[in-house]
Amino acid sequence: MTLLTVDGVWKRYGDHDVLKGVDLTVDSHEVVCLIGASGSGKSTLLRCVNLLETVDDGAILLDGADITDVRADPDDVRKRIGIVFQAYNLFPHMTVLDNITLAPRKVHGVGRAQAEEQARELLTRFGLESKARDYPDRLSGGQQQRVAIIRAIATQPRLLLLDEVTSALDPTLVNEVLGVIRELKESGMTMILATHEMGFARDIADTVCFLADGVLLERGHPDQIFGSPQHPRTREFLSRT
Amino acid sequence: MTTAWVKSDRQKEREKLLRAQGRRSVSAATISTIVVAGLVVFGLLASPGWPRVRETFFSWDALVASLPDILRGFLLNVVIFLVAEPIVLVLGLGVALVRGLRSPVFFPLRALAALYTDVFRGIPVVLLIYLVGFGVPALQLQGVPSDPVVLGTIALILSYTSFVAEVFRSGIDSVHPSQKAAARSLGLSHGQTMRYVVVPQAVRRVVPPLLNDFASLQKDSALVAMLGPLEALRQAQIHAAEMFNYTPYVAAALLFVALTVPLARFTDHLAARAARQRGGAT
Repeated sequence: MTLLTVDGVWKRYGDHDVLKGVDLTVDSHEVVCLIGASGSGKSTLLRCVNLLETVDDGAILLDGADITDVRADPDDVRKRIGIVFQAYNLFPHMTVLDNITLAPRKVHGVGRAQAEEQARELLTRFGLESKARDYPDRLSGGQQQRVAIIRAIATQPRLLLLDEVTSALDPTLVNEVLGVIRELKESGMTMILATHEMGFARDIADTVCFLADGVLLERGHPDQIFGSPQHPRTREFLSRT
Repeated sequence: MTTAWVKSDRQKEREKLLRAQGRRSVSAATISTIVVAGLVVFGLLASPGWPRVRETFFSWDALVASLPDILRGFLLNVVIFLVAEPIVLVLGLGVALVRGLRSPVFFPLRALAALYTDVFRGIPVVLLIYLVGFGVPALQLQGVPSDPVVLGTIALILSYTSFVAEVFRSGIDSVHPSQKAAARSLGLSHGQTMRYVVVPQAVRRVVPPLLNDFASLQKDSALVAMLGPLEALRQAQIHAAEMFNYTPYVAAALLFVALTVPLARFTDHLAARAARQRGGAT
């Protein structure tokens, strides 16, 4: 079943076109990896899906409803989509527990006790139960990013966007974050990842999309994209990584 | 297995040298302070007009005669300050938040807030106290206060709110946009984002400059004297005129300093603590 449809999305900053008519469909429980050089438009596409950027043309449909409609309520859309950023963006003045329970309590109206219980369950599941009362700056990068992922899924979103979530981490910490994402896939979460981890993309993705200069040049099963890329630019990009 | 730490001879030698350096620093500071203070005092006492100055500005008898009234007056300054400060805080934050509203519906409100901060930061406090203190009663409107203390306090609030609003606004602007993006992407509305994410971080950052403004507000409460109420400066004026002696002014000044200095030290303490926290964060 199709969850998300990106239809001819165009995004321009000044006179630079970042996305030039991108089409993409994502099914429920599908994991899509966006690969491509820095500046190819991966992050911008994710920010457009989450309405952090407004599209300059085209449309994005979630559950069949046009979320880029100017009459749509962006807050309502964001309640159903989670996003995790490269730089974690945890709230530094709140404990780990408060970071996670803020949206369930204030946006979804869950009571504090219930929200905290759910948060503690998630923390335990991802090995962070001892960090509940800590502030983010006491945690390692990998721990912060795992908290950020938990914060994003605490509201049980229909779709999770991950924007180069391991790019700021040193190699030993990358694996603990990738482990979390792998577990989310097993639990059936629909995800779009922008990533530079090619090995991980090949391993986890149902579909890999290669972007270059704002154009989705090639999409397919990871074995096909990494095994026998069709487009010359895909071949060139993969040979360099 | 952990190995117990036994201080090496090298470390013992290092600590001995550090202690010696510390002793030298303290004695250097003491000696230079004594020399500077001695020079200042000597300069004062040796100046040809000192006997006159001592009689006019530092007269014990004049101090004893005027201090009770000045102290009573100073209580009024403290009351003005204590009433004005919380109101300035709330209104200042409100104006800053209004200036941050993005919806077109709020354009008039936003423009009004910008106009207010521009105009009232430009008017000297003394002038504003005159304008409010003498202008408002002249309107002869029903229900408008005519007590000079109330009017003077209102003038102080109007002036200081415009400064404090800008302090809050700079604090709000200093919170990185990614924090707002993170909050909005969790589904929080603009209002919730400000309430739970942006303002708490902004307020922490602007505490030192806010306390600075409050030290200033505290002493500017003396300007309400222009309207006539018997606060510290006014009492000092009366006594000075009676006795042809300026000691009451010095007494009033010392009272203000006694209140401002602890606040200033507290500001420094907070700033130092914030710096330590930033330095300690990874």
